[in-house]
Amino acid sequence: MKRRKVDLKALPGKSAQEVDTRLPVATPLRGVLNKVFPDHWSFLLGEIALFSFIILLLTGTFLALFFEPSLQEVHYDGSYLPLQGVEMSRAYETALDLSFDVRGGLIMRQMHHWAALLFMAAIVVHMFRIFMTGAFRKPREINWIIGLSMFWLGFTEGFAGYSLPDDALSGTGLRIASAIMLSIPVIGSWVTTSLFGGEFPGEIILSRLYILHVFLLPLILLALVSIHVGLVFVQKHTQWPGPGRTNKNVVGERMFPRYAIKQGGFFMLVFAIIALMGGLFQINPIWLFGPYEAAVVSAGSQPDWYVMFLDGSTRLMPAWDIRFLGYNIPPLFWPTVVLPGILSVLPMAYPWIEARWKKDYASHNLLQRPRDVPDRTGLAAMAGAFYLVLTISGGNDIVADKFHISLNAMTWAGRIGLLVLPPLAYYFARRLALGLQQHDREVLAHGVETGIIKRLPDGRFVEVHQPLVAPDEHGHTDLPYVGWTVPKKMNRLGALGPAIRGFFRPIEQSAPPKQEEQPREEVTSGKP
Amino acid sequence: MTPDTPRLAAGAPKQRSRVRRRLNSALRMFAALVFAGGIYAIVAPGGAQGAAPLTPAAEAGKALYDVSCISCHGANAQGVPGRGPSLIGVGSAAVEFQVETGRMPAARQEAQAERKDPMFTNDQARQLGAFIQELGGGPQLPEGEDFASKGNIARGGQLYRINCSSCHAFSGGGGALSSGKYAPSLDLATDRQIYAAMLTGPQNMPVFGDNELDPQDKFDIIAYVQSLQTDSDPGGWGLGRFGPVTEGLAIFLVGVVALVFAALWIAGKS
Repeated sequence: MKRRKVDLKALPGKSAQEVDTRLPVATPLRGVLNKVFPDHWSFLLGEIALFSFIILLLTGTFLALFFEPSLQEVHYDGSYLPLQGVEMSRAYETALDLSFDVRGGLIMRQMHHWAALLFMAAIVVHMFRIFMTGAFRKPREINWIIGLSMFWLGFTEGFAGYSLPDDALSGTGLRIASAIMLSIPVIGSWVTTSLFGGEFPGEIILSRLYILHVFLLPLILLALVSIHVGLVFVQKHTQWPGPGRTNKNVVGERMFPRYAIKQGGFFMLVFAIIALMGGLFQINPIWLFGPYEAAVVSAGSQPDWYVMFLDGSTRLMPAWDIRFLGYNIPPLFWPTVVLPGILSVLPMAYPWIEARWKKDYASHNLLQRPRDVPDRTGLAAMAGAFYLVLTISGGNDIVADKFHISLNAMTWAGRIGLLVLPPLAYYFARRLALGLQQHDREVLAHGVETGIIKRLPDGRFVEVHQPLVAPDEHGHTDLPYVGWTVPKKMNRLGALGPAIRGFFRPIEQSAPPKQEEQPREEVTSGKP
Repeated sequence: MTPDTPRLAAGAPKQRSRVRRRLNSALRMFAALVFAGGIYAIVAPGGAQGAAPLTPAAEAGKALYDVSCISCHGANAQGVPGRGPSLIGVGSAAVEFQVETGRMPAARQEAQAERKDPMFTNDQARQLGAFIQELGGGPQLPEGEDFASKGNIARGGQLYRINCSSCHAFSGGGGALSSGKYAPSLDLATDRQIYAAMLTGPQNMPVFGDNELDPQDKFDIIAYVQSLQTDSDPGGWGLGRFGPVTEGLAIFLVGVVALVFAALWIAGKS
């Protein structure tokens, strides 16, 4: 029988042809694969969150194979000796088995937890990037709102996951959550009893959190992620202003092959960092916390970092008990229900607030440098300072203990800091932005500082500036600011990047200096 | 002599008898004093010489006490207001704990004396303890150095989580209390020190007497605390076992920083 020769080179094209004749995907795929993405490091921050989410789905699936969210009481009989024979829930037992008796279980658990922390961290960093560059402006307000919703969904998802193992720490967190719900006037007790199926802790809460954690919230998150990324395709990615870049075009690389390959590489890097952290750093050692018992509340009981700001706001809140029309509004209500309420609604409305404030209702596809909108940059710094003070206050007992500060002093520092630091941060960030703006304008008007000091005949010293274009008779250049980097160093002139390529070490030889025919003119101040 | 006695009534013979009377009363007073003093010298313990003799260890402890502790706790361990409390009745357990961990002699007056390198050897600390014990009695430690091996770790863990973790934290790493006070880390504590701390409640710690935690309970807790120190973190570097605070710090300092550099690197490749 004659063997048919397979032409390997024609194979991909041929199979694609076969697919396309059955499923007409070529036309829409061509559009997607040819999509152009602008390239800048700060556009990759959201990808960190996306890739962490994928790793969360993968590791979470593995964990779900071994975990049982049951509150049935058992006696531990696994390989961790210090808990041998201790009465605990089946959920805690299976979480311990995952850590000690399932092959690869511990690293999967740790990767899952680190990926969750990274997911939330990347969301916050990405959100700051979007905010400070004005990427939320028309037409992208909806994506901004979706992004914010994903933060709060991730927050809830993370808290649900933190509560599942039923160790002493997660039980304490759940107890606090039930207290927060109870603090809501009028409906609080109804909400709590219906969620817990009666009094805390009841027997149903873990099953409910489980279905929330492994099915409902991930599904909603996945849908929102798809819409979030889909809208970037539909509305196109924003880009920095620069040569050839307008509000109507996108300058960058095509989705396929270059951008897709780079993204694939970046996914591997995110995966690598999470795997490294999962393997090297211990996270959430549930075996040290022990099983949850109502009487057990350890010192240093904190939520994960993205919930810690609520812990901090609770610690800073004065004990103001308000009685109103026969109802009691406990002090817990303000820092844990009202504050997050404001913090979720206000940023969602911000795109419209800013449009009104700046009277700017136009569509924007070009980004703004943080220095060019000092008010907004100041607001970002203000929000960051506010959040940071609350987050540090959430761990103020650890800070107080390890740095030998009085805990009372930490609380008062937090209270005063919460009111004083955000306005200061606003002021300093705004001045910083204005100063950077001014320096840009100075370079455009006078040129780059050369570092050459010249002594004039009358004895004055002046620094020689290299004008960017031929100056007028006063030595000034009248260049418009286009909203992008202004060269500030002599070796940046005429090139946007460093002259020699290579990140860690040069990957090319520098060209030998050109032998010019005419003697070069001396660099002068531009004055005649 | 009453004030309304007429002065005219006072004559010379009366004056003589007054002198004699005074002399008599002085003699009677002297005799009474000699009698009372004699009785006291016979019946009452007259100073240190008259007390039950101290054991050699306590004698050595007293010598140490007289040069290192006396300025704050007083010559008879009765305490000095504003400086140091009375040591009567604290027992040798408290003395051994405070001295062996270096908390006493205290470096300065502050919210809480800190653990530091001890000034005395363990033998000297026990001599001091013997002196205080013989002076005023109080709780004493059981014999032996190794209590951990007598305890059940799993039971100790349960007792630890209920009784100790609210201040010393799940990891034994310690935690903050109000106004600069704190529950110290248990990393360096020996079996005897943990036992003594539970028995005597040093500084801000409550006393866990034998009614609350019987000796076997204490052995169990000690076994668990010591197992925390020897238990190497199976998940990698424990980040100080501070819980989510250092984990949050790590994700930003390691995870986010590394990935921002990765983003800079990838985006620079074009």
